[in-house]
Amino acid sequence: MNIYADHAATTRMSQTAIDAMLPYMSQCYGNPSSLHTVGQKANEALTQARERIAACLGCDAREITFTSGGSEADNQAIISAARLGEKKGKKHIISTAFEHHAVLHTLKKLEKEGFAVTLLDVHENGMVSAQQVEAAIRPDTCLVTVMFANNEIGSVQPIAEIGAVCRSKGVLFHTDAVQAAGHLHIDVVSQQIDMLSLSAHKFHGPKGCGVLYARKGIRLTNLIEGGAQERGKRAGTENIPGIMGMAAALEEACAHIDENAARLIPLRDKLIAGLSAIPHSALNGDPVNRLPSNVNFCFEGIEGESLLLLLDDKGICASSGSACTSGSLDPSHVLLAIGRVHDVAHGSLRLSLGEDITEEEIDYLIRSVTEVVAYLRRMSPVWRDLQSGKRAFILK
Amino acid sequence: MALYSEKVMDHFRHPRNVGVIENASGVGEVGNAKCGDIMTMYLQIENDIITDVKFETFGCGSAIASSSMATELIKGKPVSEALQLTNKAVAEALDGLPAHKLHCSVLAEEAIKSALKDYYDKNGIAYDAALFPAENCCDHDH
Repeated sequence: MNIYADHAATTRMSQTAIDAMLPYMSQCYGNPSSLHTVGQKANEALTQARERIAACLGCDAREITFTSGGSEADNQAIISAARLGEKKGKKHIISTAFEHHAVLHTLKKLEKEGFAVTLLDVHENGMVSAQQVEAAIRPDTCLVTVMFANNEIGSVQPIAEIGAVCRSKGVLFHTDAVQAAGHLHIDVVSQQIDMLSLSAHKFHGPKGCGVLYARKGIRLTNLIEGGAQERGKRAGTENIPGIMGMAAALEEACAHIDENAARLIPLRDKLIAGLSAIPHSALNGDPVNRLPSNVNFCFEGIEGESLLLLLDDKGICASSGSACTSGSLDPSHVLLAIGRVHDVAHGSLRLSLGEDITEEEIDYLIRSVTEVVAYLRRMSPVWRDLQSGKRAFILK
Repeated sequence: MALYSEKVMDHFRHPRNVGVIENASGVGEVGNAKCGDIMTMYLQIENDIITDVKFETFGCGSAIASSSMATELIKGKPVSEALQLTNKAVAEALDGLPAHKLHCSVLAEEAIKSALKDYYDKNGIAYDAALFPAENCCDHDH
């Protein structure tokens, strides 16, 4: 059995998205900036795609900036808010300890420039509250950036509540919605989101294509200088095939959010229950406020990379916050942020399900993970020490 | 996965000499769970020959493969030869390791040295302390 359970990393493109892209490679290949018919046809398509994507987010087409993906959108949103803030002498930014590195590393860069950054605690369940945000806001706060849903542990944040706090305090609110777009309902007006990042390949669209939504009136700072594309805010000939594929994929995903969630949640919970039966294991992230596709566990006494390699042998593609996969000796910053100690964080596994996962496949996942964990524990000196009582169990 | 050579994957999938030797002549444990690798080596030594060797490893694919390969390289060999085993020899026998995984082969070498030191200590055999440098798992990244 082959199961791709790494949809948080990337997804297979949908046929709808591929079909939407193809004409813009071979027939309608013009440069939207060209004056002639071929170029103008591409320009019309671009305008249309922008409107369709705006409709999915509940914003105006003029508030959409196309980017190369989620990382660029995160970078541009944060840098723009920082530049606007410093003009008014506001150099404080609030974020969380478990953001994506596209956010954390941009904040690090700003810290070197003299910005103060407050990273909010995300607690054991991987959740921040609007109250925490409110308490952290200072007179010099220029931006709050909190991810919509965490990419590793899937916890979904109270975005509308955080949005309301920020709006009432007059602080810009950005959310990295890379894991949420196409999977959770987004409405930038009711959720009071000022800026939002998304990436097409997380919802069956193409790679290398994303969006930065910025509410009208928020002046963006260019990361890429050049031509006047994207209202002069992001130079470079537009990735028309990618944008067409993204628009089609986002529309399709947004049309099926409730249906997909209704199907996925019981299967996700069955998988969680099945893996919870493994002794000395623990679910990471909130059990309820959780992406319908996300399952993330720690298994005591084993190391994540071995687990992934053996699951791969069984036809299962998964991921982990394991140190060894990334080439660093430190385990996932997300797992450390929710209070998992190093010893336990090394033995992590993320299974992110596709919408088409079947119950039979869930059973196979439970069986395979249970087997592999038991096998690795049998050769683990840590497990031996845990069993003999020489080392104390951390997970029940 | 293309991350590792076929040899590494073979030793990872089918590790040789996994287990424990009760009342072993020498036992060595190196690494720590914090940095994600722990290896325990058990040596049975008779007449200065390593007659049996077993290992237990908590760690990534290359850590398991390195321990497995290291046990094969010293099994049946005289103690003096096992003392000469280098991390480089382990890595080469595995047809190479990715740069950021070389510390796994270092750990394997250290685990064997640590078990040999334990054997010497237990039997009151004099040795040159310079043969057994202090291990420092988390630092020797490369």
